Amino acid sequence: MSPAIQLIDVTTSYENNVVFTRLSLQIETGQFVGIVGPTGCGKTTLLKTILGAQKVFCGQILLNGQPVDCIRNKKFGYIPQLESVDWSFPVTVEDVIMMGLYTGKRFLPWQSKEERERVEDLAGKLGIYNCLRQHIAHTSGGQRQRAFLARALISNPTLLVLDEPTSGVDIKTQHEVLHLLGDINSQGMTIILTTHDLNAVASHLPWVICFNNGIVAEGRPRDIFTNDILTRTYGSDIIIIKHGDYHLIANSTPLKFKHNT
Amino acid sequence: MQIFLEPLHYEFFRHGLIAAVLVGALCGLVGVHVVLRGMSYVGHGLSHAAFGGAVIGFVLNFNFYIGAGVMGLFAALLINQLTKNRKIKSDAAIGIVTTAIFALGVAVISQQRNLNKSLESALFGNILGITNSDLMIIGLVTAITMSIMFLSYRSLLFATFDQEAAQIFGIKTEALQLLFALLLTLSVIVAMNIVGVTMIAAALIMPAMTARMLTDRFSLMQLYSIAIGVVIGAGGMYLSYFFNVASGATIVLFGAFIFCLSVMIRHIRERITLQANLHRHGNLIHSHPVDNKHHNHTDEIKNDN
Repeated sequence: MSPAIQLIDVTTSYENNVVFTRLSLQIETGQFVGIVGPTGCGKTTLLKTILGAQKVFCGQILLNGQPVDCIRNKKFGYIPQLESVDWSFPVTVEDVIMMGLYTGKRFLPWQSKEERERVEDLAGKLGIYNCLRQHIAHTSGGQRQRAFLARALISNPTLLVLDEPTSGVDIKTQHEVLHLLGDINSQGMTIILTTHDLNAVASHLPWVICFNNGIVAEGRPRDIFTNDILTRTYGSDIIIIKHGDYHLIANSTPLKFKHNT
Repeated sequence: MQIFLEPLHYEFFRHGLIAAVLVGALCGLVGVHVVLRGMSYVGHGLSHAAFGGAVIGFVLNFNFYIGAGVMGLFAALLINQLTKNRKIKSDAAIGIVTTAIFALGVAVISQQRNLNKSLESALFGNILGITNSDLMIIGLVTAITMSIMFLSYRSLLFATFDQEAAQIFGIKTEALQLLFALLLTLSVIVAMNIVGVTMIAAALIMPAMTARMLTDRFSLMQLYSIAIGVVIGAGGMYLSYFFNVASGATIVLFGAFIFCLSVMIRHIRERITLQANLHRHGNLIHSHPVDNKHHNHTDEIKNDN
C-alpha cells in the first residue's frame, strides 16, 4: 500500500526566498502528525506543498502513490489559519460548511435536499447544529473551529490538513479540538496539523515532526522532545520537565523584573 | 399615480428609466463582490481606464464600446497580474494602471482639441441621451453577467470568502478572477453612460453596502443589492425629472440617502436587539432564587460583624 503522503527531494520558495531544499518526507495512511517549529520556518509552505498549492522547483509530491498535480478528484480537507478569516463576511455557519460541497458538479446556488441533510447531519455530530443559522462572527472560537472542520470533512476526505488549529483559542477549546481530531483519526483518516503549542502536541499527538526550513527530527513526542532537538529547532534554550509519561515544555529564560528581585 | 406616469410619455425618459433600472440591478449584483473583496476603488479606476480607451478608440475611428472595452479589460488584466507580486498592493496597482491609461486619453484629447459627444457622455453621464442600441447593449451585458454569476454563485462565494482555501479545495480561482474582471469591466463600461466616469464607484458600492447593512447572509445580500440598485436607479430618475437636476448626480445622491437610511435602520435594530437581550438577562436575574427583596446583603454583613 502506498503511503498517504510522499515528498521526494522537493525544493520550494516563498517569494524570492528558498524555504526548503531537497526535502523528503513520508506519512503513512492513518497517521496523526503534528508539525512544530518557529514562526516563519516554512510549516504553512510545507502544508501547501503537500496539497499541491505551492509551486515547487524540483522533486515529486505523491498522494497515495499518485502525483498531486494529476489528481482530478482531490480527496482532502483543509483548514486555514483562522486568524486570516474575514469574520465580518456575510456568511452563516451553514454557508461555511456548504462551501466544502462547492467543488461538486451542482451549479445552482441553493442547496439540494441531500446537501442540506449532509450539512445538518455533520453539524449534529460536531455539536454545532444549534448555531447553523448564526452569522459566523456570532459564534465562539470552538464553534468556529468546528464549522471549518465540518467544511473540510463534508466531502468525505481521506486526508485532513490543518494550519494551526489550536491558535487563538482557550485551553478548553484546544483540548476539545485535539480530542475531536483524535476521534476522527481513529476512524482511519490521515491528519497533519501545524501548531506552536508543544505541550498540546506532547499530550495529544502520537507523531511529531520538528521543522525549521527542513526536518530537524521526527518521531514520538516522548522520544524527540529533548532539549537538544528543541533547541536546534527553535534556536533557543527550552526546558523539558518529565513527570511520568508526561512532558512539560517551558521556556528556560524567564524575564526578571527589578521589583521582583 | 399620475405623477409617476406623466414622465413616461417622453421617450428619452422611458429609455433612461430602463437603462437606470438595468444598470442598477447589474451594479447591485457585481458590487457585492467588489465590496466583499475590498476592491471598492476598482470601479472608479476601471472607468478611468475605459475612458482613456474610448478616447483612443475615437481617434482611431473605433466604436465607443470597443475602445473602452479593450482598454478596460487590458487594465483589469494588468492589475490582476501586478497584484500577484506581493510587494504591489491592489490599490497601488489600480492607481498606477488606470490613471496612466486615463492620462493617455487626456493627452490624446489635448491633441485633438475637441471632445466627441459620446466621450462627454462617458465623462459626466448622459442618461437622457440613451439610444435603442445603447439599451440593447446594456440589456445584453446585464443578461450575460447575471446568468454567469448565477451559475458561478458557489465558486464565486467560496473564492471571495477564502481564495486560498477555495484553490486548495479545487476551484480554479485564477480563471474565476479573470472571468470576474471581465464582467466587472463590462459592467463599468455600460454604467459609464448612466452616471459617468466620475461617479461610477458610487453606483457600484452603494447598493451593495446598503444591502450589507440590512443582512448578514450572502445570498440575501445579493438579492437586496439588486433590488436596491433598481430602486436607486428608478427613484433617482424620477427625482431628476421632478427637480430638473442632472440624472447621474441625482441617482448617486439618492443612493447616498438610501445608504444613510440603512445605517440608521441597522443602528436601531442593533439597539432593539441589545435592549431585548438586556431585558432577557434582567428577567433571568430577577427570576433567580436569591431575591433581592428577601435577601439583604448589608444586614448579613452587619450580623457577621
